[in-house]
Amino acid sequence: MSDLLSQDFLTALIAGGLVAAVPLLYASLGELVAEQAGVLNVGLGGYMLLGAFLAFVITYNTGSEWLGMLAGIVAGAAGALVMAVLCVRMNLDQIVIGIAILLVAEGATSLLHGAAYAESRPSLGSPSELAIPGLKEIPILGESLFSQNAIVYIGIALAFVVGWVLKRTSAGLSIRAAGERPEALDAAGVSVTATRTWATLCAGGLAGLGGAYLVIVGAGSFTPFITQGSGFIAIVIAMLSRGRAPWTIVGAVLFGLSLSVATALQLIGVNIQTDYVQMLPFVVVIVVLVLFARRSYLPSALALPYVRGEK
Amino acid sequence: MRARVVAIGKSTLIAVVPIVLALVVMGILLAALGRDPFTFYADMFQRGLFEWQGFQESIIRSAPLLLIAAGLIVAFRASLWNLGGDGQFLLGAALTAGLAPSLLDALGVWPMLLITMAIAMLVGGAWTIIPAVLRGRYGVNEIITTLMMSFIGIGVANVLVKGPFRTDVGGVARTDVVPFDERFPLLFGTRIHLGFVIGLIAILAVHVLMTRTSLGLRMRILGASPRAALHAGLNPLRLTVIAFVLSGALIGLSGSVEILGVQGSFRADFNPAYGLLVIPLVFLARLNAIGSLALVIVFSVIQIGGESAAREADVTSDVLLVLVGLMLLFMAVVEYLRVRRGLGMAFVPPEVADRLRPPGGEGGGGAQAGEPRPALGAEKAGSR
Repeated sequence: MSDLLSQDFLTALIAGGLVAAVPLLYASLGELVAEQAGVLNVGLGGYMLLGAFLAFVITYNTGSEWLGMLAGIVAGAAGALVMAVLCVRMNLDQIVIGIAILLVAEGATSLLHGAAYAESRPSLGSPSELAIPGLKEIPILGESLFSQNAIVYIGIALAFVVGWVLKRTSAGLSIRAAGERPEALDAAGVSVTATRTWATLCAGGLAGLGGAYLVIVGAGSFTPFITQGSGFIAIVIAMLSRGRAPWTIVGAVLFGLSLSVATALQLIGVNIQTDYVQMLPFVVVIVVLVLFARRSYLPSALALPYVRGEK
Repeated sequence: MRARVVAIGKSTLIAVVPIVLALVVMGILLAALGRDPFTFYADMFQRGLFEWQGFQESIIRSAPLLLIAAGLIVAFRASLWNLGGDGQFLLGAALTAGLAPSLLDALGVWPMLLITMAIAMLVGGAWTIIPAVLRGRYGVNEIITTLMMSFIGIGVANVLVKGPFRTDVGGVARTDVVPFDERFPLLFGTRIHLGFVIGLIAILAVHVLMTRTSLGLRMRILGASPRAALHAGLNPLRLTVIAFVLSGALIGLSGSVEILGVQGSFRADFNPAYGLLVIPLVFLARLNAIGSLALVIVFSVIQIGGESAAREADVTSDVLLVLVGLMLLFMAVVEYLRVRRGLGMAFVPPEVADRLRPPGGEGGGGAQAGEPRPALGAEKAGSR
């Protein structure tokens, strides 16, 4: 058992967990904002894939990781723009369009990757530009926690900023009203369409950044379907956070650690099937939901289009 | 009669236009990648539809998809978003594949087929009970709960296949293979197996259930408005559980059909993700069982033909995901334009509208068309 506390194990666990957690954090944070505004993005994984692919292409061709991250944001937001136009402006069904965007993103990125990189299979070097110097020397935690790059800290800060914006600012009030009582927001003279559109774009941009992180820092290269179920996990985290943005950090770390614990255990010679570990957080959440189901809560106008004067 | 023909023609047109648009956009994408779209589509329809061998493949592929479509229709009509189809499918498949070899030795072919199918239905249905009760009793959003149960189901299926059900034969983790002669019987000397008949029966039964029975009506009322269901004296919790369990059972059965008809054994990490792929088809058919039947077969032709065409054109078969996604987007937009046009009609001055409207056609409030617009608003306000 002493092996469990060995430095190798902890380093691998925390480092691996954080690499898995950061994309989830960004995606769920974005989704949380959109959900608060009443938009459910089933295509969240699609935004992540678009962000991941464009980030890879840009970083590979320019060598700049920051440009890659930016490209991820742009690509994710572009996917979300389709969602915003079709579901917020044209009031089409959010689940149908979400799945459509997911399918197109999966297919298109796989197709383009196959066309451009199938033979060469290039990979990016380990990320260099994003690191923060000086914190690395602290033992155990230093190696894993503080060798993290700026994107990690920005993500954590952003969760608190988003929480503050949603709770304390008038923009946040508008977002929550758009999800809770769009007709009240409309009556107050704020455009529901505009509010929801911005919230959706925010979800796309953040999910795209999460995808970019996955490729640039996590995997070092793009492979088709690289996000796997991350989009859906992020949706689950966002819903479980119930509108309180800082909780996405807890959710993302929990799910991130569970994704990395099997790998870390293998490092110290304990062979445990990844399937057990990967479904563990879902089991925990289901049990929690069954026990505390009364407390679960979502915006009342979630996934419902707003049509002025309709009831 | 003529109005009915026109209406059927119209709805067919509405279903066909998005498919054609998607094929066109996809063709442009293929051309941009340096492939000849015409060759691609010719290959696709040749292999999937016009060659007898390929057509049989398409029909075989459609068997599990029909069952999933049937299951989804039941849930969606009740406005319950069962997005956990993959978990239910894989659990049904894993249990079938794991139990079939020993049941076959003990009891013979037919008892094995019936028992494994029953088990797959039971476990698929049981997998939806937690989301159903959480939704029915506490209003917990079933999208997250079914998704989570799906992840757990995929995990459990793999744990079973890599553990207790694992074959003694070395190599990749998988279950023992059910010999080809002891799977579903084939139909009339073709390669099409019994599963297609089961799928066909299921989707027709769901059609009858949803349109001709009181249970179907009750589920549709629940779907249209849970409050109306409550006021009508229905029990929303019970209906939610019934709809969910029925949905899960049909999807679980589809997993069984895939194993007993096609795969014969469950390899670790097998996941064709049919659950997600069928959702758009069911929507494209507007939750109509007969329409879904047609679209599932079209989709199977596209998949089987497309896989072969993609190999021929040296592109990944993921290209088909783009095609299906595009179809879905265009379908939604066409539907939007149709509804908008319908709304526009209401504002045409009545005497013009009377001349435009075919006699005896859908009125759509035509009798009151003479009333000015404010009356409509007042009526709405009163009903609130």
